[in-house]
Amino acid sequence: MKLISYILLLAFGILLIFATSELPSRGHPENPINRDTSIAGTPGAAAHYIRNAEKETATPNMVTAILADYRGYDTLGETTVIFCAGIVVFLILRKQKDGSKI
Amino acid sequence: MVQKSNSIIVALVSRFMVPFIQLFAMYVIAHGHYSPGGGFQGGALLGASILLLRLTVGEQPSNLVFHTRYGTQMSGFGVFIYAAVGVAAMIGGGLYLDYANLPIAGIEPAKLRSLGILFVEIGVGIGVMATMIAIFDDLARGHFHD
Amino acid sequence: MTDYFIGHAAYYFIITLLLIGLWGMLFKKNYLKKLIGMNILQSSIILFYVVSASKYNATVPVLDPKLGEINPSQYINPLPHTLMLTAIVVSVATTGVALALLIVIYKRFNTLDENEILEKMK
Repeated sequence: MKLISYILLLAFGILLIFATSELPSRGHPENPINRDTSIAGTPGAAAHYIRNAEKETATPNMVTAILADYRGYDTLGETTVIFCAGIVVFLILRKQKDGSKI
Repeated sequence: MVQKSNSIIVALVSRFMVPFIQLFAMYVIAHGHYSPGGGFQGGALLGASILLLRLTVGEQPSNLVFHTRYGTQMSGFGVFIYAAVGVAAMIGGGLYLDYANLPIAGIEPAKLRSLGILFVEIGVGIGVMATMIAIFDDLARGHFHD
Repeated sequence: MTDYFIGHAAYYFIITLLLIGLWGMLFKKNYLKKLIGMNILQSSIILFYVVSASKYNATVPVLDPKLGEINPSQYINPLPHTLMLTAIVVSVATTGVALALLIVIYKRFNTLDENEILEKMK
């Protein structure tokens, strides 16, 4: 049983190495993620952010501009998620009123 | 019920350090527009400063700085600030979370977006700080309750 | 061939980290160690995104007036950094919830060992 699990783990690793062979090399400016225009012909997201973030939001730090402005909904959901985590931890560990165990 | 540290050196040094950590956290939040930083990082630093007090000087003295019962409430308050900025943009006539329409007169839209980002970061900072403290308090207390 | 391995070395490091995390989650019998394995796995995913954002001869995504005209090849990609900033906070939240659940499990079963818990649940 344990041997099968190790073999599966190893096979997964080999599969991942095979998958990375198709990925672009690290750090080249012409990688697909850094392109000016995407394959579909629309403007690339990263280049657009780098060009227009300071102009549109008066914020030199692009990460902050994307986090709070371009992706404001994302961050709102994020804050709600950590708020929910706090509530859930409180609800799991609170003292039951009738003394019953959880 | 957190076990406080027995060493007086640890307690004194951490009491000396905490205000500077908090000042740096405020700087990280407020200066997030111009340098690496922002609400998440500054909130984590603020929460870490309170957790340092909890671990070194004990629960009773650190409650004077940030009481245990405020943890969950303040995290809700942080989310409320974020959502309220979005609603304020709606009142100003724009879409939800469209900071260019915040109802503040006399500022051009780009600067207004910068201001909206600052408000939002403050809300995120309060939320992250309070959630860290709330989770820590609940975890530290949970084991000793029955 | 050398260029290929230099360009892909970071991916192999990430795969190693991911496999270590997965190994911890699969083979360790203690629930706390399983949780540590999950955190290592999350870190490997975060590193994968950060590696995809890197660019040679580029600087941090904070606008520098000294660099003059804005050219996207001068700044690294800010988008993966933003996404991972939120992912780190989510990982903190999930770790907190998991630790709370572990405390409840320990209170009920007095152990965190998987086999003993399965035995006691019968």
